[in-house]
Amino acid sequence: MRADLLLIQDWIAPGARVLDLGCGDGAFLAHLKHTKGIRDCGLEIDTDKIQKCLEAGVNVIEQNMEQGLGNFQSHSFDTVVLAQTLQALQRPDMIVEEMLRVGKNCILTFPNFAYWRHRAYLAGRGRMPKSEQLPYEWYDTPNVHLCTIRDFDALCRAKHIRVLNRTVVDAKQRSSALMRLLPNLFGINAIYHISR
Amino acid sequence: MNLLKHIPADSVGLVQPQKLHFDEPLELRSGRVIDRYDLMVETYGRLNSKASNAILICHALSGDHHAAGYYDPDNAKEKPGWWDCCIGPGKPFDTNHFFVVSLNNLGGCAGSTGPSSINPDTGKPFGPDFPIVTVRDWVKSQARLADRLGIRQWAAVIGGSLGGMQVMRWAISYPERLRHALIIAAAPKLSAQNIAFNEVARQSIMSDPDFHAGRYYDYNTYPQKGVMLARMVGHITYLSDTLMRDKFGKEARANFGRDLRGGKLSFGFDVDFQVQSYLQYKGESFSKNFDANTYLLVTKTLDYFDPSVDYDGDLSRAFAASACKYLVVSFSSDWRFAPERSREIVDALLKAQKDVSYLEIAADEGHDAFLLPIPRYMGALHAYMKRVADECASAGAA
Repeated sequence: MRADLLLIQDWIAPGARVLDLGCGDGAFLAHLKHTKGIRDCGLEIDTDKIQKCLEAGVNVIEQNMEQGLGNFQSHSFDTVVLAQTLQALQRPDMIVEEMLRVGKNCILTFPNFAYWRHRAYLAGRGRMPKSEQLPYEWYDTPNVHLCTIRDFDALCRAKHIRVLNRTVVDAKQRSSALMRLLPNLFGINAIYHISR
Repeated sequence: MNLLKHIPADSVGLVQPQKLHFDEPLELRSGRVIDRYDLMVETYGRLNSKASNAILICHALSGDHHAAGYYDPDNAKEKPGWWDCCIGPGKPFDTNHFFVVSLNNLGGCAGSTGPSSINPDTGKPFGPDFPIVTVRDWVKSQARLADRLGIRQWAAVIGGSLGGMQVMRWAISYPERLRHALIIAAAPKLSAQNIAFNEVARQSIMSDPDFHAGRYYDYNTYPQKGVMLARMVGHITYLSDTLMRDKFGKEARANFGRDLRGGKLSFGFDVDFQVQSYLQYKGESFSKNFDANTYLLVTKTLDYFDPSVDYDGDLSRAFAASACKYLVVSFSSDWRFAPERSREIVDALLKAQKDVSYLEIAADEGHDAFLLPIPRYMGALHAYMKRVADECASAGAA
């Protein structure tokens, strides 16, 4: 399971109802079920991953979140998770709104585009940054809406979203004093715990 | 296991139906009562000592108890039961793990009490006097069957189309009696379009001069043309446009399935296109083996199904007390019960905060896809049922 998911599990209460948007193979939900006794629900559109969810005994709904979450009741989940997907959505702002409607609180993770190596790449080479986290060419990347930590903070302010917790980590999901001091410069991945 | 060469190794093999008699009167939703009745049943696999590994298969409009296996050891051309692709050793409903129960529903014409059965009070077939039975009534009779077989709780209740409707009714009416509900290619209730097709089917049968107001048995005749027409209309709704283009357009994919039967146009009203002879063949062969009154009755059973009716039309409230987990499956080209209809079920289950998984299988085969061994569909059933089998060891007797 991805290390960023292990970091966020502390923000999920035992027995909570958890909706994982883009739940992949269901490993995270299966882990939370096992360790915290959560009530699980995952959304996924990749047929192979859906099969893996069934094998893992995880509840999975074949549904494209970009077509909305209108079939989910307001505040019907304790926590809604969106991991490393925000930047690949057509309208990230609308998904965040929907997550906050459906969940009492939400957890989001995304790559920080303002990481100093990305800045240096763009400044030095004059080309769209590529890295271990962002391995794609500009023309074939699924990441159509990359943002920075400052961008996301601005979105939260504009939408009156409360930031309950924020962790900024490196590629190995470790934090450091430098990252805490200047997160938008030294953080590679941002992890937000938000609510209304 | 199978000594007969024409029976595949992953078949349940030769099977035998049994007729079970019930003497306790069954009160129906209509208010009428069936005093005593028979149910034709087939079982595959073995019930474990805790009776925790039983699964119930609910059949659709024209199905019956013969869901898997073969009857005739000498007939190499015999077709197996209607869901043989799913039931057997190593198949999704694995008879190495599960005790599979399949029955012919009340009102049917494959051995269970129905319109063509002899009414003991008159010595003649019931015909139109047989009461309309609803999905609720069927499930009530299935619960009595479970009692008879010593099954307190099903590991899973499974069905496609009208069978899926029985699964929903089980979850709503007997929440403590099933752990898993598999609802495949179903709908929470029929739409006006669905009812309209059923009405055409009924009018076809009832307007056949051989129908005799449903008492055709007394006249030693049978409204075969009517049943054939009804089935032809029904059959169109089970296929998809894409499938028909492929099936009847073998000469060139681009000709919209308009392959000719004889090579040229007849300029008459006889069969010109392959699809015409196919439909006539399907309708005719069906009409030889299916009772007209049963067909009428089951279309009404479909029309009347609406479990939300007791809950001000709110399906999620109908599901509120259910305790099982759900798997809902739809097929992309199904327009009889389209994926949207399955999503209505899923949304109601989500609203009721139930455990549910939902898959929309890409398939060209239309509504009939639920009967076919489509790889992704089989894989999903396999994975889901493996979890159910794993639970069976620990569940049950409690």
